[in-house]
Amino acid sequence: MANLEKYNNAFIETFEITEDKLAGLKYQDIEAWDSVGHMGLIAALEEAFDIMMDTDDIIDFSSYEKGKEILSKSEYGVEF
Amino acid sequence: MNRIWDLSEHGSKMAVIDEYGRQLTYADLDSEAHALADVIGHRCLVFSLCRNEIGSLVGYTAFINNGIVPVMINSHQEEALLDNLLKTYCPEYLWVPADMKDKFEGMLSVYEARDYCLLKTEYKKQYPLFDELGLLITTSGSTGSPKLVRQSYLNVLDNAQTIAEYLKLDDTERPITTLPMNYVYGLSIINSHFLVGATLLLTEKGLMQKEFWNFFKDQKATSFGGVPYTYEMLDKLRFYRMELPSLRTMTQAGGKITPELHEKFAAYAHDQGRNFVVMYGAAEATSRMGYLPPEKAVEKKGSMGIPIPRGKFTLIDAEGKEITEPFSTGELVYEGKNVTLGYAECGEDLAKGDERHGKLETGDMAQFDDDGFYYIVGRKKRFLKIYGNRVNLDEIDRLIKGEFEIEAASSGVDDHMFIFITEENKAEPVKEFVVGKTKLNPSAFKVITIEEIPKNESGKTLYNELKKYYE
Repeated sequence: MANLEKYNNAFIETFEITEDKLAGLKYQDIEAWDSVGHMGLIAALEEAFDIMMDTDDIIDFSSYEKGKEILSKSEYGVEF
Repeated sequence: MNRIWDLSEHGSKMAVIDEYGRQLTYADLDSEAHALADVIGHRCLVFSLCRNEIGSLVGYTAFINNGIVPVMINSHQEEALLDNLLKTYCPEYLWVPADMKDKFEGMLSVYEARDYCLLKTEYKKQYPLFDELGLLITTSGSTGSPKLVRQSYLNVLDNAQTIAEYLKLDDTERPITTLPMNYVYGLSIINSHFLVGATLLLTEKGLMQKEFWNFFKDQKATSFGGVPYTYEMLDKLRFYRMELPSLRTMTQAGGKITPELHEKFAAYAHDQGRNFVVMYGAAEATSRMGYLPPEKAVEKKGSMGIPIPRGKFTLIDAEGKEITEPFSTGELVYEGKNVTLGYAECGEDLAKGDERHGKLETGDMAQFDDDGFYYIVGRKKRFLKIYGNRVNLDEIDRLIKGEFEIEAASSGVDDHMFIFITEENKAEPVKEFVVGKTKLNPSAFKVITIEEIPKNESGKTLYNELKKYYE
């Protein structure tokens, strides 16, 4: 599976939303993305890409786009 | 009138700082609270739609300290339940965030301050209020019941004093908010810290947001509280590695933390010279009933501790006799001045007096060990704690049956509810419905379709037989 697809699936499955809702999606835009949902999303991403995210990156992960930027960093090395 | 605090006593000390840097001294808070209370001018019922914002805090302070009785409601409350509460209790005023004003058509705004406004309702009927009634708390916050817990001024004051005593609070404390103000645990943090002249750090942001931690560090927070799920999130955040030099104390309540997490946080606190305090309580006992002294946190892992000062625990067996042997299970009964007056289920109940006389049957099944430390081992009634919120399973079943006219049986463990139905095509709508009613994150709920809901000959659901699907 391509990385973008894995990334999108983590959102789609955790928040039970459709793909067209992803662009521009921010923390607390939808009820499912609260602190509980955030933890679920991080767990899903860590599993999908087999990584362990740093505390600062977990709390900085404030939108769909910001998340891509974070995962593209060298320590995670996810290419989109 | 100063029913709870003498705010002017702490005059120039800082009472509250919010995430945007706005600050109020105790003298400021006192004068803003009086200005609001003076607009109302008499004892009556007010619905307070709570957020962790200064306006909400000024409202709470104004009301409870001046004999105006607030019903504390989450500002995100589901509209149907809020309507039901309004119709049931007919408050004279609402204190709501200014950005929600438009939701209350036909109500006149008579005063505005700190992004909150006071709306006058047009209910003809006003229910009489019992003299000692100080505060009303919604029970489940979820499943549609308009039932409230009736707390007296003495309840609130006594519990705040006791908490300040066993946590050894003083005016150097700077607790940061992690819990809503309409939740008794969150409220108890405000109540106890205002007694000692401490500084409340007020934020709507949560643990998973960078702004929260920046605020925490910039304002040198000394303590926070959390439900079991909070500690799971902190664990996930690898909290143990965070640089938080100002932190002194972490408290935990709102359900039983797993022994593994209890051990991790107790060990962390011990290594860092901090306190981790597991506590036990309920809205029916104002807030706190028990606590595990921090120096015992490692040794007594899994225990919720001992009664708070001047409180008393007893265990009652199935025959109604007091248990005197360690490691025997019985229902936990608490006695203390913080045991609330009782419930209200309709407007007339607001005139009721003390129905509990200082004694509360908690509905929790417990044991004590050789040293008199208590352990919660189960529950008498069918409810779960989900992210710290009590959710009544029978009520959920009733709501689903009422909405969809299908068979439903819910069960599960804390933070994970399983709803069993027999019609597969209803699985999604049922889940959406329950999420909408409880306003809790969907990941707590799973709907499972089975052939038949197991029942005994007399038609009673056999919940134990559902366990095999999730254990």
